[in-house]
Amino acid sequence: MWKFLLPFAAFVALVVLFAFGLNPSRDIHALPSPLIGKPAPEFALTDVLDPSRVVSNATLKGQVYVLNVWGTWCVACRQEHEALLAIAQQHVVPIIGLDYMDEREKAKQWLTQLGNPYNAVAFDTDGRTAIDWGVYGAPETYLVDGKGRVIFKFITPMTAEVWQHEFLPRIAAARREGA
Amino acid sequence: MAPELGIFALILAFILSLSQAFFGLTGAWRGKPVWMAVARPAVTGQFVFVVMAFSCLVYSFVNNDFSVLYVARNSNSQLPLFYKVAALWGAHEGSLLLWILILSIWSVAVAAFSRALPLTFSSRVLGVMGLISAGFMLFTLWTSSPFLRLIPAAQDGADLNPVLQDFALAIHPPMLYTGYVGFSVAFAFACAAMLEGRLDQNWAKWTRPWTIFAWLFQTIGIALGSWWAYYELGWGGWWFWDPVENASFMPWLAGTALIHSLSVTEKRGIFKSWTLLLAIFAFSLSLVGTFLVRSGVLVSVHSFATDPTRGLYILAFLVLTIGGSLTLYAWRAPKLYAAGGFELFSREFFLLVNNVILAAVAALVLWGTLSPLVYELLGVGKISVGPPVFAVMFLVPMLPLMVFMAIGMHSAWRRGKLTATAKPLWWLAGAAVLLSASIQGLVFGELHWLGLIGFSFGFWIIFSALLEPLRRLRQKQTLTAALLGMCIAHLGVGMFAIGASGVESYKIEKDVSLKPGGSFRIAGYDFKFLSAANVRGPNYDAVQAEVQVTRGGKAVTLLEPQKRHFWVQQTSNSKAAISVNWARDLFVAMGDPLGDNAWSMRIQYKPLVRYIWLGAIVMALGGLIAATDRRYRVKVPAAAQRLATPPDPNAELGSA
Amino acid sequence: MTPRRKRLFVVLGILGGVAASVSLAVMASRENIMFYYDPSQVVEGKAPVAKRFRIGGMVVKGSVARKPGDLEVRFVLTDFAHQVPVEYTGVLPDLFREGQGIIAHGTMNAHGAFVADEVLAKHDEKYMPPEVAASLKNKPAAGPPAIGPTG
Repeated sequence: MWKFLLPFAAFVALVVLFAFGLNPSRDIHALPSPLIGKPAPEFALTDVLDPSRVVSNATLKGQVYVLNVWGTWCVACRQEHEALLAIAQQHVVPIIGLDYMDEREKAKQWLTQLGNPYNAVAFDTDGRTAIDWGVYGAPETYLVDGKGRVIFKFITPMTAEVWQHEFLPRIAAARREGA
Repeated sequence: MAPELGIFALILAFILSLSQAFFGLTGAWRGKPVWMAVARPAVTGQFVFVVMAFSCLVYSFVNNDFSVLYVARNSNSQLPLFYKVAALWGAHEGSLLLWILILSIWSVAVAAFSRALPLTFSSRVLGVMGLISAGFMLFTLWTSSPFLRLIPAAQDGADLNPVLQDFALAIHPPMLYTGYVGFSVAFAFACAAMLEGRLDQNWAKWTRPWTIFAWLFQTIGIALGSWWAYYELGWGGWWFWDPVENASFMPWLAGTALIHSLSVTEKRGIFKSWTLLLAIFAFSLSLVGTFLVRSGVLVSVHSFATDPTRGLYILAFLVLTIGGSLTLYAWRAPKLYAAGGFELFSREFFLLVNNVILAAVAALVLWGTLSPLVYELLGVGKISVGPPVFAVMFLVPMLPLMVFMAIGMHSAWRRGKLTATAKPLWWLAGAAVLLSASIQGLVFGELHWLGLIGFSFGFWIIFSALLEPLRRLRQKQTLTAALLGMCIAHLGVGMFAIGASGVESYKIEKDVSLKPGGSFRIAGYDFKFLSAANVRGPNYDAVQAEVQVTRGGKAVTLLEPQKRHFWVQQTSNSKAAISVNWARDLFVAMGDPLGDNAWSMRIQYKPLVRYIWLGAIVMALGGLIAATDRRYRVKVPAAAQRLATPPDPNAELGSA
Repeated sequence: MTPRRKRLFVVLGILGGVAASVSLAVMASRENIMFYYDPSQVVEGKAPVAKRFRIGGMVVKGSVARKPGDLEVRFVLTDFAHQVPVEYTGVLPDLFREGQGIIAHGTMNAHGAFVADEVLAKHDEKYMPPEVAASLKNKPAAGPPAIGPTG
């Protein structure tokens, strides 16, 4: 009898709706990143490990790179640290750290104790650069293409899966386009 | 060691729940008593290992083991011990483990109290429950393990979210989950009946007490959540129609309908396929709620951190359990049809109306909750559905439901003629309206249509619920637990109606700016801000205000609201001060310092608000009494089960 | 009419009545279904003029201002492309602070400011704003920070 199939049919409709809801391109946080597709804001800050050195993204023009925003106050950053170390081992792109609203000594200690996945770490103690970049909190990870445009932003801790599925394809695409 | 032991125990429990499912289901299918005999010990074993896993996490929390990521994220060495334990279910991973623990407790209870049931049936029930357990354990082990290590360890933890550091909220999840998970028992009974291909009145008799227990825990859980939101979030609202709240309310509506529908199936052997469907719905809506809250599909003010992998897993789990059970339903339910007539305005008719309306409300709430998603899917834009829309969707169907409830309590099975006790109902309705109007006029000084309707219906239901127990007491007749429970639960509904309509009609909420010495008057009460001073708590500092409340110059109370600042998370949290009596709440919450020594404060007068939660407790109490009725304790000899007891046409008042 | 059909009609009648009254009432309160816009859409003029809607964005640092002792507060919301000034009179939620994402309900006024009647702040368990900084090691020793309007 067809009427006994009705609940099942309604459930199928519900599943379609839920599957749509899970679509990763949906912006559930309702906090958009207008920077996407726009030129990455430039910065020139001191290096966390060596205050006499300057870290700037101007020197990275023409390269695809990743900017990872973190701080020692952020427990979730500690959680993503291992994934970042593994990603750094792959040497796919330079990873620049932006140490946000932090203290230099603590940041140094963090990097020596936990390992340093970054090619360079900019020290953004007052968070101005972070505001330019539209940082809401930490951790956040940005991907910048060879033309110096922000092409992707990921919030919440980085994982190997996210790197695999969200970053690597975009990096490959950016390189194809840039070449 | 504890977290590793915990994972190990959970894996063993997972394997045992798989074997419970396999031997329970295939043993019954193939008719192998030896296989079926495995199910019960497997439940016990699963329970032991789940308790072990849970204890390991408790141990890590109590001993401040911040090398466990989950502990580091949700606890802190300075957190009071009670909240260290409660922090365990403060976030996604731990609350999932709590869910698993409660599911295994229900499983053990079912295993222990189902010995009198036919072996194939109880094996199938345990088998289905084993599948559900296995699904949740796999979910935890795969995507949401609370036992992951953090190396090197954090020096201290990030602390439990301050709004969760509260007694009501600490015990709210266990209560609510006990309800959610409890519906899995009714679900398993329904699946087992469909697999057996047989559903008789005894089935309803076995299922009903389990359902009532699950329902009463959920009732209390929802009431606790509402109470917490009322005083802790500082807004003084008691229900927000937030997705998280709706997620708990929808299964409650389906569960309420199920209890009523089961009573028809038990007494008359009809409504079978509908009862089955409701049993599937009640648990399915629990799962859908879990999905909505934990997948990030809907944005809620208090949702869990979201993760698409988790969402995908729960969706797959939903497809398997709900899709599977609905397929089974489409296949087997048509064969379970039972003929049985009843007249208009008979007990069956009233319960049918109850079911139709409750199901309609659940569907409306589901629609309201999901419509933002539908709009987005259709590309119309991002919307949110405001509480007034939900309030209307809830209120409009509730009015006819209350009328049918008041009259339906005095209906008879089969015959469309009300009992003799129904006679005073008509003049009692008039009395209820008069009483409501005079209370409104004398106490509140103004008539408010919502208050008048709510009070009138509320009093009428209370009068109606008292009629039969009073008659039986007067005539020295016996009063069965089922009847008493039904009347008490309906009495609770009346109290709830009075409380909810009273507070919504006559509440006064004012945000004011007050300097020390300044005062503000609402509802005849003068709130005078005397002073503010710094105080210190175990893990926070606070500014505490002294607010003297007087009425007509006479002192009423001294309220001391606090604005707390928690050290670890550096977040502020307003602790409202509330003066409670039988008629009203006076509520003061501190906002922010506005400069010039002034503070913003939210002052509220909430008449009758307590009857909302009291009503819910009375409803749950009614359920408890009804579930202890003697007929549910009678052991059914296995041989007699095929003989459905003929319904007693003279029974005028059973349970409903 | 058989009793069965009569029952069916009565039940359908009740259901129909409930459905009709609910849909009428929901139509009447349609304004409570609110659309969401971000500051860019508002600045571009896409948001409705006389209708309530929701706006979401980050509270710009240093933008929260109020007259001493006054309940009215003003702040600026941004999505990092455009900014919208917001006015609100009342008690702000505990989690409200500068640099935090919030959602407000209200309408636009004639001066291009959003007049909010409700402000909601959301806290995410995994994703911390920098204010959660207070180093985990020396929290009580660091002393209680002044309790200010920015929390």
